[in-house]
Amino acid sequence: MYDVVIIGAGVVGGMIARTLSKYDLQICILEKENDVAMGATKANSAIVHAGFDAHEGSLKARLNVRGSQMMETVCRELGVKYINNGSLVIGFDEDDRATIQALYQRGIENGVAQLRVVDKAALKQLEPNISDNAVCALVAPTGAIVCPYDLTIAAIGNAMDNGAELKCNFSVENIQKTENGYKVFSCNDCVESRFVINCAGLYSDKIAAMIGDDSICVHPRKGEYILLDKECGNLVSHTIFQTPSKMGKGILVSLTVDGNLLLGPTSVDIQDKENKNTSEEGFADILEKAQMSLQAIPGGKAITSFCGLRAVGNTGDFIITAPQKGFIHTAGIESPGLSASPAIAEYVTNMLKDNGLTLTEKAGYNPIRVSSHAFREASMEEKNRMIREEPAYGRIVCRCEGVTEGEILDAIRRNPKATDLDGVKRRTRAQMGRCQGGFCSPYIIELLAAQLQIPYECVTKFGGASTINIGKTKGGQLQ
Amino acid sequence: MERKLTCIICPLGCDLTVKLENNTVLEVSGFTCPRGKAYAETECTNPLRTVTSTVRCSDGSLVSVKTDKPIPKEKMAQCMARINQAVATLPIAIGDVILEDVFGSRIVATQNNTGNA
Amino acid sequence: MRDLVIIGGGPAGMSAAIAAYESGIRDILILERDAQLGGILQQCIHNGFGLHNFGEELTGPEYAWKYEKQVRQLGIERKLNTMVLDLTEDKVITATNSEEGIFQIQAKAVILAMGCRERSKGALNIAGSRPAGIFSAGTAQKFINMKGYLPGKNVVILGSGDIGLIMARRMTLEGAKVHAVCELMPYSGGLARNIAQCLDDFGIELKLSHTVVEIHGKDRVEGVTIAKVDENRKPIAATREYIPCDTLLLSVGLIPENELSKAANVNLCRTTNGAVVDQDRQTSVPGIFACGNVLHVHDLVDFVSQEAEIAGKAAAEYVNQVQEASANIPLTTDGKIRYTVPQVITKKKDVTVYFRVGDIYKNVKINVFDGEKLVLSRKRPKVAPGEMESITIKAEQLEAATQLHFALEVM
Repeated sequence: MYDVVIIGAGVVGGMIARTLSKYDLQICILEKENDVAMGATKANSAIVHAGFDAHEGSLKARLNVRGSQMMETVCRELGVKYINNGSLVIGFDEDDRATIQALYQRGIENGVAQLRVVDKAALKQLEPNISDNAVCALVAPTGAIVCPYDLTIAAIGNAMDNGAELKCNFSVENIQKTENGYKVFSCNDCVESRFVINCAGLYSDKIAAMIGDDSICVHPRKGEYILLDKECGNLVSHTIFQTPSKMGKGILVSLTVDGNLLLGPTSVDIQDKENKNTSEEGFADILEKAQMSLQAIPGGKAITSFCGLRAVGNTGDFIITAPQKGFIHTAGIESPGLSASPAIAEYVTNMLKDNGLTLTEKAGYNPIRVSSHAFREASMEEKNRMIREEPAYGRIVCRCEGVTEGEILDAIRRNPKATDLDGVKRRTRAQMGRCQGGFCSPYIIELLAAQLQIPYECVTKFGGASTINIGKTKGGQLQ
Repeated sequence: MERKLTCIICPLGCDLTVKLENNTVLEVSGFTCPRGKAYAETECTNPLRTVTSTVRCSDGSLVSVKTDKPIPKEKMAQCMARINQAVATLPIAIGDVILEDVFGSRIVATQNNTGNA
Repeated sequence: MRDLVIIGGGPAGMSAAIAAYESGIRDILILERDAQLGGILQQCIHNGFGLHNFGEELTGPEYAWKYEKQVRQLGIERKLNTMVLDLTEDKVITATNSEEGIFQIQAKAVILAMGCRERSKGALNIAGSRPAGIFSAGTAQKFINMKGYLPGKNVVILGSGDIGLIMARRMTLEGAKVHAVCELMPYSGGLARNIAQCLDDFGIELKLSHTVVEIHGKDRVEGVTIAKVDENRKPIAATREYIPCDTLLLSVGLIPENELSKAANVNLCRTTNGAVVDQDRQTSVPGIFACGNVLHVHDLVDFVSQEAEIAGKAAAEYVNQVQEASANIPLTTDGKIRYTVPQVITKKKDVTVYFRVGDIYKNVKINVFDGEKLVLSRKRPKVAPGEMESITIKAEQLEAATQLHFALEVM
């Protein structure tokens, strides 16, 4: 019997788990995929929004501003890269100027600090490569960037280090109310808990329906992105938004914490919750619109394109409710969900308390997680000390990103353990560089197979049927 | 009749034309070296190919191998079947014979494998 | 302080080391990231290597062994499993391995011989999903030839570079079915012999002017949509065709790996993606040389070895401070000829200039001009982008030259 079961190991579920792991509670996170951070958390703009976007008085506005304030500390404790690069909303004409003025006012109402509006000359000084057509900008110095899956992996890892459990490949099929709480079923497993928190992202409506709550409706909004080579990372320093208009929210251009340049997202409402296909039109659309923001976008430097699905709710605001005793929904957590996630966790914790959960602080709780970048960021002396203790740190496996065998072994051994190629990629950056795993993936598979004690050909890209090899050559068994 | 071929003897890849009558080569043109001419002649009468592959070693690792001379082209699949069943005993030095008499050729190692790797 | 450090122990690095040794220097160190010398040749188990340099058809590992044997016999020092992390303009090398940790070496001369990498799928941005089963041809080659695993059974190959063609045959021999090889261009980037012996022999169709427009499948590739492209290389919607398959192999070009060259502030050529070099394969940074596929992508390893010998010999002369009268003759091209290596001539001695063309041309003359003056002209029956060409210029032809322009004339 758990005290709290969290359905969904995205950034919201992860932050809630971590916050609750401070207390003397039995916690279990259920995730339908083979790894954490596999839904909307995996593919989004990776922005900590300042908080001028959401309507005054909304839960979105309140939790965004609060989350944005909390984020730097959370990232420091979790060893996650956080860069306070500031964001800009750039305008091209008088209509845009009026919108920017309105955003400024809204930001002030929402409690966003340090906002200001600048003219063309000041904008050029902030961003020398900005388009000559940009005439003004809203400057939000509190805007920041963070890696959403790094944050989620770290939050869940920290929660696990503090006693929380994680069950991957647990797709919730049914929920039964019991005398003391709920029974949550997958097709072959069952957990029982006093409290259940629905953090199922795109499927939070489906989970709600399992307890008879049909009030929630979530649909996917497709967002395609293009990631450019690190060579392009110095083109901008801020996150650059275009002024939202009737034509849509525009395309952002942003640095990532790893130094790449990110362009996107497109915004297309769809029905299929599994359709993460990129499209030729999306790619062209992003490049065309991004060209408006910068003097020149080197589209030829694209190293990958990807697509994320945002979980758009039916109220326009975050849906964080307790429909019945012991059950909490966090649904419709679209943008600025990442920014708000630490505040959502705080908010949900308070709701649980109001719902009758006793929160007793746990002795020995450790908010600190050793950063997955620890080796990478160490001094040469420190690195050499680590190599003497663990020679695997001296072997570079991913030559493009300079990732060592030691770091890959850490990713496979540390909570939450990587069990597939993409899991290693998200934790270490191995396979994320220019060759996209061409050179190193055969060896990473070897490391995974050895650590997980499974045959080489059973190693997958991301769980399920995503096997890399179909069998042995030379008359070995082929599937 | 006339056959057009791409010479596979060297990277030049010459375009060869062969005049044939009843499977007898009358004339070859387009070659730049005598080996190309010879290739055209065999290719039209008894086409040959070198097969390269790998053989499983006694410790489960692999060693790369080749036929030490070209074998009849239509025997490639059967040659692979022989190669696939072979197990090489370690250690193996480059040039070691792994299989004797495979369609007139021998399967030889093209790599060293000390077995310590 | 080391006389010469060679970064990379593949065919280029080994040839350069041997040539440097034969030119009289002894303090040579090869740094190799893999567990053995030979580089990518170790996984290229097919034959076709060495015809120029050894007069016989060798497989990749056999070709590599010819050089490794010499490196061993000469006692040239090498560190395996050692990755170079950084190189400065002052020729300070930072490297790491598990025995010594991270260490630095000051070298008098450095030869860059890091090779190249395959263009990845991302660089192509094919629409659709991102399932397992998409590999570069070289990765599939490693799985099959080095690890002994088959990455797929029903295969479509995009790109007709030599590795793609070789893998079409290799996977067929190992029991897979290759359904098609699609090539965006109206001609193949691979050698004609490879189309004959890797595709034609097995009845595999080469679809020229075709590309993969969409990838299907959730967990593993379930199929691809291909389409014919128009003269602007844009897919024609009406020609879209779905091919069920579990694997997509990409053989869409090679890119020199010049991260260290950039770190050392070496000037790079935008066409080759490698360093700008003179006839000695010396880069813009004195004492840093480059050869092999890190300099420009070669079609044949024999030419890599030849080029590396030039670099090795020159690096030894640099270490021994051999002085020669210097010149500064830039080489330019007309666009039909995409690039030359070297890009500049600094010594007036016999020099072989290598180049590639941007399209297929028949019956052409390669004209070399100094201003208006025709310095020399060479006929070629056929030139193609997949094949490297060369032309030798004599010292006396360089005597009065100030710059040389390479132009292709269709007769």
